Amino acid sequence: MNEELKQLSTRVTKGLMTRREFVGRAAALGFTAAVANSMLASAARAEGPVRGGTIKLGSSGGESTNTQDPALTASEVPISNIYHWGEQLVQVDADGSLNYRVAESVEASADAKTWTFKLRSGVEFSNGKTVTAEDVLMTMQRHSDENSQSGALGIMRGIENMKADGDNFIVELTTPNADLPYLMADYHLMIQPGGGIDNPGAGIGTGPYTIEFDEPGVRHGFKRNPNYWDLDNRGFAEFSEVLVLNDATARTAALQSGQVHLINRVDPKVASLLDRAPNLSVQSAAGRGHYVFIMHCDTEPFANNDLRLALKYAMNRQEMVDKILRGYGSIGNDFPINASYPLFDESIPQRAFDPAKAAEHYAKSGHDGSPIILRVADGAFPGAVDAAALYQQSAQAAGIPLEIKREPNDGYWSEVWNVQPFCASYWGGRPVQDQMYSTAYLSTADWNDTRFKVPEFDAMLLAARGELDNAKRKEIYSKMAMMLRDEGGLILPMFNDFISGVANNVGGWEIDPSGEMMGNKANIKCWLNA
Amino acid sequence: MHPILKLVAQRIALGVLLLLAASVLIFAGTTILPGDVAQSILGQSATPEALANLRRDLGLNDPPVTRYFNWLGGILQGDLGTALTNGRDIAESLGVRLKNTLFLAFWSAVIAVPLAIFLGLLAVRYKDRWPDRLISGVTLTTISIPEFMIGYVLIYWISIRLGWFSSVSIINDGMSLGEKLSSIAIPVMVLTLVVLAHMMRMTRAAILNVMQSAYIETAELKGLGMLKIIRKHAFPNAVAPIVNVVMLNLAYLVVGVVVVEVVFAYPGMGQYLVDHVSKRDVPVVQACGLIFAAVYIGLNLIADIVSILANPRLRHPK
Repeated sequence: MNEELKQLSTRVTKGLMTRREFVGRAAALGFTAAVANSMLASAARAEGPVRGGTIKLGSSGGESTNTQDPALTASEVPISNIYHWGEQLVQVDADGSLNYRVAESVEASADAKTWTFKLRSGVEFSNGKTVTAEDVLMTMQRHSDENSQSGALGIMRGIENMKADGDNFIVELTTPNADLPYLMADYHLMIQPGGGIDNPGAGIGTGPYTIEFDEPGVRHGFKRNPNYWDLDNRGFAEFSEVLVLNDATARTAALQSGQVHLINRVDPKVASLLDRAPNLSVQSAAGRGHYVFIMHCDTEPFANNDLRLALKYAMNRQEMVDKILRGYGSIGNDFPINASYPLFDESIPQRAFDPAKAAEHYAKSGHDGSPIILRVADGAFPGAVDAAALYQQSAQAAGIPLEIKREPNDGYWSEVWNVQPFCASYWGGRPVQDQMYSTAYLSTADWNDTRFKVPEFDAMLLAARGELDNAKRKEIYSKMAMMLRDEGGLILPMFNDFISGVANNVGGWEIDPSGEMMGNKANIKCWLNA
Repeated sequence: MHPILKLVAQRIALGVLLLLAASVLIFAGTTILPGDVAQSILGQSATPEALANLRRDLGLNDPPVTRYFNWLGGILQGDLGTALTNGRDIAESLGVRLKNTLFLAFWSAVIAVPLAIFLGLLAVRYKDRWPDRLISGVTLTTISIPEFMIGYVLIYWISIRLGWFSSVSIINDGMSLGEKLSSIAIPVMVLTLVVLAHMMRMTRAAILNVMQSAYIETAELKGLGMLKIIRKHAFPNAVAPIVNVVMLNLAYLVVGVVVVEVVFAYPGMGQYLVDHVSKRDVPVVQACGLIFAAVYIGLNLIADIVSILANPRLRHPK
């Protein structure tokens, strides 16, 4: 790449230049911020990680009711916690590829129904015990048990049989699934000794840290596990802490005054202001989460595809990204997949705001011109009420009358979402396309919140699931995306970014679409430059 | 028996009765919360067997009266039970939080109470002149601004701009007293500003009220200085209402500071209670409720006893 840029990036890692100055200079040289940032990350790696120190994360999403039991983990703080001491069979890297952890490799049978995970030899739990296939089996059995209340239960349901065989852990599925390794990367499935059945919250696993103190709702402290098998790549800081800072202002203040090195969920409204502070930078990562307006394809007037298309063309997507996300996001294309997913097809044409086309489809739909009721609440997604008002305006431009009905937050998810025919909502995204489509667009899915029931689509989904040839799968997924885009009940104006605050002395930060804080692995993968 | 001892004993007995009544209310309140407790703990996907097991473990099949006395019996033996959400011993985790809450309340009170009384006396001394107006103006302003706002403003100036104190007030046993005090400095300032006006105004009003009395005029005519009159003649007679308002504010400092706790991420009881209410962790909610009730009743008891002791008419009943 550009020599000048390379030189500049070395200056940043040496602390001679701030990250933002660098991005500014890079922009002057004609590079986008994304390129500049990834350039910076590789420069930092080239400079080499620094060992030692205490890396501190100030995070929202922690309560005094939290435990270290991976089965019960659901919010940001506990997820970050379990990644300190635990590891799954595999993890998903920032580029969407598999990163083998407790497993060393995986092999599928030709029909993608039987999967064999070969375990890495010599990996030890932090209590000194060597990991065996029995431990893996018992862990998976615990999560398959209804009584464990595991958040991974839905994933385990598709498994017919599991067994341990020497160094191998073997999974047999009821239906073929080429994405099984990605499902095993679910954060609940941390491998624990004896499956963690005796003491699920003990915090003993194969991760780079061990628990030093554990005060739910306040702070969690970890110290490096000297026997960790992969110290070359993770666990650079000697100590790591997660402070529970649920208040957004408290988080930014803590970062600004240098009491923490990393914070999650920076409010888009203050992100650009915070970025002006000299000792830190605001990092946004395009993720898979998205904000949506959903129509029931089986309910009048939305049963008419022309009306659905009219409403899709009447959406001013760029305005949504600019005003609701303040630029921290990207425009959507009416199907729930973006470039953050593996096997995404870049060639699918982008739908744009087109009042003329919207008016044309609206006329064709023969709608009687009565106001179409859109239900929305503040809790549907941050800025949902404002987004609905903007949408009303852009629909007006196409001559489509929208009436906004504001609903209370309380009970929105039980009374409005998945019940009323047209409302605002959000999705968090899934690691792979199959999981996203199966969760919400399969005819039989519980959460098919657009009532999209097309047998052809279902057949393609099942075919893709069992297809091991990635080129063919990509083709099927592309067809499904087009079908959903042109016939579905989903209006997807925007994908929201994860916005984080990162102190300048943090090294190793990378843009990871899998979740907040580098998929909750920032503490174990970053280091502190002196 | 000395009449005072008798009075105090009566008050304490009343306080204990009141606490019992509060315990009944807390128990009844958490019992009649809509929805089945076991269901709200296990969530929608719970199997019938799991629900039945949990109900049995929690003793939900017993009649409420039996459950109440079991619970009360446990508490009297110091057993608050275990939290349903993370299986920790409640007495242990609550103990840490209570200690923190009392620590913050204590240091806020140490600064706020003498300051409020001193400012109140000063306001009386310079009644209707600029010091009085300044004190009233400033304290009324700070009590009128929401406490989180004061918190944010102080964080911005003291923590971010000046870098004197920490904006995150997470304290733990490993810290020295100095470190702890440094980390709670800003919340103490916020709480002081919040409770100052109430106590200051009450002090001012109570003393001014006494100042109208004939014996104050006599003291003035004897030629005593203003501050001496306030200190020796007015203040002792104004103690009862002042102690009452001080105790009310102390109770607030213990039980009502959840917003300040959130802003400074302070590990006190308020946040602990809120977290457990939202997860329907009933035993913890009951334990917290009981402790808050005990603090309130206890502080009011002290206020009562002090007013009795401070009042010669009550001290020497005919």
